[in-house]
Amino acid sequence: MKYMMFVCTDTEPDTDKENVPDIDVWVEENDAKGRRLQGMALAPTSTATTVRVRNGELLVSDGPFAETQEVIVGFDLLECADLDEAIEVARAHPMAREGRLELRPFADFEQ
Amino acid sequence: MTSRPDGSPAEAAAAATAVDAYPRIVAALIRVIGDWTLAEDCAQEALALALQRWPVNGVPDNPGGWLMTVARNRAIDTLRRASVERRKLRELAVFALTTEDGGAPASQAEDTIVDDRLRLIFTCCHPALSMEARVALTLRTICAVPTADIARVFLVSESTMTRRLTRAKAKIAGAGIPYRVPTGRALAERLPGVLAVLYLLFTRGYTAGGEPAFAEEAIRLARLLRLLMPREPEVAGLLALFLFHHSRRDARRDAEGNLLSLAKQDRSLWDHAAIADGLDILAGLGQDGPYALQAHIAARHATAESASGTDWPAIARCYDRLARLQPTPVVELNRAVAHGYAYGPATGLDLLARARSGGALDDYPLAVAAEADLTARDGDHARAASLFRRAATAVHSEPERRALLDRADEEDDKHAANGSH
Repeated sequence: MKYMMFVCTDTEPDTDKENVPDIDVWVEENDAKGRRLQGMALAPTSTATTVRVRNGELLVSDGPFAETQEVIVGFDLLECADLDEAIEVARAHPMAREGRLELRPFADFEQ
Repeated sequence: MTSRPDGSPAEAAAAATAVDAYPRIVAALIRVIGDWTLAEDCAQEALALALQRWPVNGVPDNPGGWLMTVARNRAIDTLRRASVERRKLRELAVFALTTEDGGAPASQAEDTIVDDRLRLIFTCCHPALSMEARVALTLRTICAVPTADIARVFLVSESTMTRRLTRAKAKIAGAGIPYRVPTGRALAERLPGVLAVLYLLFTRGYTAGGEPAFAEEAIRLARLLRLLMPREPEVAGLLALFLFHHSRRDARRDAEGNLLSLAKQDRSLWDHAAIADGLDILAGLGQDGPYALQAHIAARHATAESASGTDWPAIARCYDRLARLQPTPVVELNRAVAHGYAYGPATGLDLLARARSGGALDDYPLAVAAEADLTARDGDHARAASLFRRAATAVHSEPERRALLDRADEEDDKHAANGSH
């Protein structure tokens, strides 16, 4: 099953700074096991541009579509047996400690 | 169960047998079909048919096998009509052959079947579901409680509860929540969450407007879980705790419906069979986990001949341990009360002041009531009366309010009696 894992910041990161996992080790291990199909870090939200079309008119604006304290800073596309495996992959990511991760399955339009 | 027939003893016995067999049927069907709603519908239909026929024709020799056969045939019919791919139908047909007797596939060991029910419990209680969804799904899927009864306790309409249950099942399928019992570290991490669902279910049986049958369901589930996980002391501890609490159900209120404190309850009304059952379960159980500790505390109360004959020092020691495991303000409050009874009200008041120092108990009327009780036993009846009145203004339920005002009047009387000497 495929999951989009959004990597987000959090206003209340873990206060325990000991043994935070290394991102390179995490990427290497999950790539090797075929659980991470791809992933990228995003540039800061200051570089974001929002696009809408309303009544045929193009509306382009500066910034992300929602101004929030927590922002998406990256993503990883995971291939896991089920949610429990995806949760185990997510918990080992350094941003589980310093931020938060959101696991989203993909819509299944066949059903 | 509220919506089930409860007429003749034969009907009641048939219903109890059917409901006991139910979780195994629904759990096995979910595993084979993989479709929660269909599995549940078929198992429900089989249950309804059993409740209709068994009281008349008698309970079959193999109730589980009977239910399984009916439910499985319904599933095959539905899947055929939906012209589901042959593979699933073949699986179900094979499953049907092997479950003809005993409701248990002949080729499979007993613990595979046991696993099915455990799988269902862990899936219904998965942390990726909201707490309310977990409780509702557990009641609906494992205990076969009618949706209308669940809706009533959650104070929503039946259609709202139906939507919530549908959403929860859609999340299980859509998010890939596995139908599996976690292993290793994950099991230790997930078990407390399962026990929390059972605990919440139990307390829902006692809160105002709650469904008393939910407490019975929680006990039934705890028994099942203990059967499935005999090596988990916290499961046994939770079951024992439930039994001790439940043993007092007929003594908790007076004739007018007022709540009675432990000290004022008629102990002959306690269910001594339930207490004996709890003590049996507790025998040999350590004091390592929060539920085991709470069960040991409840056992001391349950076995005391009177309130004054209670082994308070033992209870105080249990609270000391519990406070180390769960240093919450409410545990600290109870610890202060226990020490107050064990070592004198001054000790209790001292610990209570420390428990309230963070301000966490500021809006908690029971903290004021505890201070009132300790102050009364310390001999300051005028102050105790005013504290009881203050607590009374803060509680939400009328019976609690009346009980506190009665205490206030008692303290006023004592104050007046002292003054006249």
